[in-house]
Amino acid sequence: MTKDLSQSFTARDDLRTEPRAMRYVLIALAIAFLTIFVVLPLALVFAQAFSRGVGAYIAALGDPEAWSAIRLTLSVAAISVSLNLAFGLVAAWAVTKFEFRGKTLLISLIDLPFSVSPVISGLVFVLLFGAQGYFGPWLRDHGFQVLFALPGIALATTFVTFPFVARALIPLMQEQGTQEEEAALSLGASGFQTFFRVTLPNIKWGVLYGVLLCNARAMGEFGAVSVVSGHIRGETNTMPLLVEILYNEYQFVAAFAIASLLAMLALVTLVVKTYLERNLDEGLRPSGD
Amino acid sequence: MSATTAAGRRSTLPGFGLTMGLTLAWLSLIVLIPLAGLFLKTFELSLEQFWTIITSRRTLNALKTSFGLALLAAVVNLVMGMVIVWTLVRYRFPGRRVFDAIVDIPFALPTAVAGVALTSLFAQKGWLGAPLAELGIKVAFTPVGIFVAMVFIGIPFVVRTVQPVLIDLDVEIEEAAASLGAGRWNIVYRVILPSLIPAMLTGFALAFARAVGEYGSVIFIAGNLPNISEIAPLLIVIRLSEFRYADATAIAVVMLLASFAIIFIINRLQRWAQTRAPAS
Repeated sequence: MTKDLSQSFTARDDLRTEPRAMRYVLIALAIAFLTIFVVLPLALVFAQAFSRGVGAYIAALGDPEAWSAIRLTLSVAAISVSLNLAFGLVAAWAVTKFEFRGKTLLISLIDLPFSVSPVISGLVFVLLFGAQGYFGPWLRDHGFQVLFALPGIALATTFVTFPFVARALIPLMQEQGTQEEEAALSLGASGFQTFFRVTLPNIKWGVLYGVLLCNARAMGEFGAVSVVSGHIRGETNTMPLLVEILYNEYQFVAAFAIASLLAMLALVTLVVKTYLERNLDEGLRPSGD
Repeated sequence: MSATTAAGRRSTLPGFGLTMGLTLAWLSLIVLIPLAGLFLKTFELSLEQFWTIITSRRTLNALKTSFGLALLAAVVNLVMGMVIVWTLVRYRFPGRRVFDAIVDIPFALPTAVAGVALTSLFAQKGWLGAPLAELGIKVAFTPVGIFVAMVFIGIPFVVRTVQPVLIDLDVEIEEAAASLGAGRWNIVYRVILPSLIPAMLTGFALAFARAVGEYGSVIFIAGNLPNISEIAPLLIVIRLSEFRYADATAIAVVMLLASFAIIFIINRLQRWAQTRAPAS
């Protein structure tokens, strides 16, 4: 095998890598695949959004329906993320600071929403709160509107994003153990002081990581929200639902303009995620989604 | 998914009752009770009714489409995921870090956005649809389109589950094998691959489960013709809009049970693979 000194491959490396032609083929294959399946769709979103120029793009985003969808999406995300943040902190404390039987089962149950189809996540709330549902008639008699309104959309979104914060915190807090908290307590701190002054600063990057991913999914959720929203124009359409409606009406510039906002959200999420991962200790980082 | 490692000592921290109570209450309220309601609703059907719904031609075809194409897509994700993760971990090339970051886009991009983008990309006049149409290949509005969307949504799983394992792999074992005269292919096949199999199976299972239930990125490109290009989640939505709740519920229960069963089987497989993989 020839050694190319201009590259940083040493003789030792040659023993544990593939022939050069093979390497190039694999790299080309990986780049081609990612370009076709990921780069092109992403580029297309922006190309379509600006296909009639910046003016049409801005006009599409200025539409009252677009604004109503943006407001609804932000409200739903704010509700779901704060609920799941509170739950994630509480659940992670219970799971990581104590030993008890059935811990693995509890963690699997917290993860459960990840293995449920989004459509089914919406369906379960229709079965509970719909006109023919278990609580539907009672809610109607007492004047509560859950389905086809903000509460239903927020509930379905909370279900779908349920595991994110807990899942980001559990491995991190597991690794950190309980010694620092025990020290604080033995020095006379109360339980809440210990949590806010000792635990929280230790897990802040993990909290942000969980909130970031939770928020991205909450704003982008489509299937579950689509089932419970009722698609009332200007009222119960979130941004992803508006993308669908505009696209089906062949208003491509408007559809892709809204889509471009969501795509930018995804890109910003990835950049911030990379930054947070650098701050999280390598190896403590939760894997997967 | 996270494994618990016992701390070993009894904890003296406060708040177990409070946090455990809140955790169980909130978990029940948001996740367990709604899911239980789904199963409860199914018991309102007689076995015969349930059987009639799920064995109707349209339901069976929808389930076949969802599960069959998801399996195919997961296989592609496994093969291409391994190519991508190998390339990202073992080779250095310009733009490597960008491509590493790009792998996560299917996680981060809202499914509806992915759906409309893939549809426009592969439509008859799209950037890729036009050249493919000249070759006589139609992607959008056919089952091939469903497959393409499922491949897209599954890209990150195998890469992200295998990546940390491959990074941590001890290269000294490879060097030892090489110094003993093993060829490169033998080293990859006999030394490296066995250590990666548990992670590969996990990634495969996650990609498969995700594709089976996927809705947003698929429905735009699918064409949604009953019995041909209609996925099971869409059939649930259609039944709901027709107020045929029993039908929707029955299909949902079958899908849920099937995905739980598949995840269970693959977890078992993974444990089996872990016991026979060489310790690294």
